[in-house]
Amino acid sequence: MKDLNMVFAGFGGQGVLFAGKVAAYAGLLENKEISWLPSYGPEMRGGTANCSVCISDEPIGSPLVTAPNVLVAMNLPSLDKFINAVEPGGTVILDSSLIDKKVERTDINVYYVPSSTLAEENGVSGLANMILIGKLFHEVCMAEGDYGFCKEETLDKAIQKCIPARKADMLEFNRKAVKLGAEQ
Amino acid sequence: MSEKVLMKGNEALAEAAIRAGCHHFFGYPITPQTELAAHMSKRMPKIGGTYLQAESEIAAINMVLGASAAGIRAMTSSSSPGISLKGEGISYMAGSDLPALIINVQRGGPGLGGIQPSQADYWQATKATGHGDFQLLVYAPSTVQEMVDLVSDAFDTADKYRMPAMILADGMLGQMMEPVVLPEEGAKKPVEKPWAASGHDGKRTHNIINSLYLTPDKLEELVKERFERYETVKKNEQRVEEYLVDDAELVIVAYGASSRVSRGAVNKAREKGLKVGLIRPISLWPFPVDALRKAAGHVKQMLVVEMSMGQMVDDVKLSIDCRVPVHFYGRTGGMIPAPAEILGEVEKLLK
Repeated sequence: MKDLNMVFAGFGGQGVLFAGKVAAYAGLLENKEISWLPSYGPEMRGGTANCSVCISDEPIGSPLVTAPNVLVAMNLPSLDKFINAVEPGGTVILDSSLIDKKVERTDINVYYVPSSTLAEENGVSGLANMILIGKLFHEVCMAEGDYGFCKEETLDKAIQKCIPARKADMLEFNRKAVKLGAEQ
Repeated sequence: MSEKVLMKGNEALAEAAIRAGCHHFFGYPITPQTELAAHMSKRMPKIGGTYLQAESEIAAINMVLGASAAGIRAMTSSSSPGISLKGEGISYMAGSDLPALIINVQRGGPGLGGIQPSQADYWQATKATGHGDFQLLVYAPSTVQEMVDLVSDAFDTADKYRMPAMILADGMLGQMMEPVVLPEEGAKKPVEKPWAASGHDGKRTHNIINSLYLTPDKLEELVKERFERYETVKKNEQRVEEYLVDDAELVIVAYGASSRVSRGAVNKAREKGLKVGLIRPISLWPFPVDALRKAAGHVKQMLVVEMSMGQMVDDVKLSIDCRVPVHFYGRTGGMIPAPAEILGEVEKLLK
């Protein structure tokens, strides 16, 4: 596979760090080299949060992604902050129920997924992040092509690894959200 | 072999310490190190250990001193400004020949500085952690797995030479998650410490742990004896990783977080046909002078990359007696260099 350098960004509380962790775990379970680096500055204490996730066949150098080939954006400030850094040919997946703006760049693939609205309407509120994960894996990580590295059952295992035991009842909701995302 | 798990560097340091038989932790919270203390606070009560959040960094390091004097494997952790506060206690420990582990998850400085990753405490760690003639063992991991491995080695080496050890990490390594394999719990046996002040039941003369010597010739004798021990450490404990050094015309010298970025730059340079390698000091004290001297025999120049204004660069120059030109590139204040920046420097030098 080609190196996947991803940024997950949004408001604190939307689960962007969790979404990144699921992607990283999928990489681990597929025996890839991986890294996950969160923003831990003042932005974490209210405002925007983001994490860098690298998945590769080779050991990861810098875990800080400055030129992502995948951007998952869950609010407008995050999209504005990272959109120009995305590598040409890269993929952007955004929550179009919270971002009512179209991306002007034409050299990247953009998927508009109204994930917050979808989550509310389908009884999985709070899991817009996992809807976007579903879309991301369907279009990129599980797809044929340079960046496909993951089997469907691996993603499911990764989610199980990331949900703490005390929240085990959330597993089915997460599965439903991922499935919803993949169908978009 | 146990399962690969995804862990933050800070949590991995804590769990590795517990599995290395350290059941007594004394700390005080500070970003970007806090997850380490938080992990200890969750785990220690479950294994009958001690997690103690002291009233200050100064109190915490002196509690480590006390625990170590009683022969117990103990540690503390902090980040840059907190380590400055611990300096006095660390000097007292060195002066009392006490082993312990101190972890510094560095952030930008000076002063309160910032909370983003930095490597600006190199001088402090290797030359001036506190007052007086003394050295610490200083280890610089570059991956979360290496953090785990070095914790155990640092404790053992500290016990072996009866001196404090430091792991010099940074905010990037502390905060990032990578896959790790942890050693088995309970596999580590406690080390015999006949010098410890742990009770003697009237069966031997009592041990005294002390750093106060008012007679100068006695103090000189003790310091000289300690420095003889340091010579043995320098001979036996140098650690380094070499990457594509054999045919290199230029080697980058970098440790910790900046070595990861530099490795990326080396790979990019090689793709362009440039003969570039990397020397990564793993022990910062003792500094891996042997590897640098060897490389100085065949490379044409060296480039030191640090997340500071240039501190380790001094030791590189001293190690090789300036036999080849030593250049420097650094970012500071919490900035992390990008591989492309370092590659740019390399291309400039090789032009």
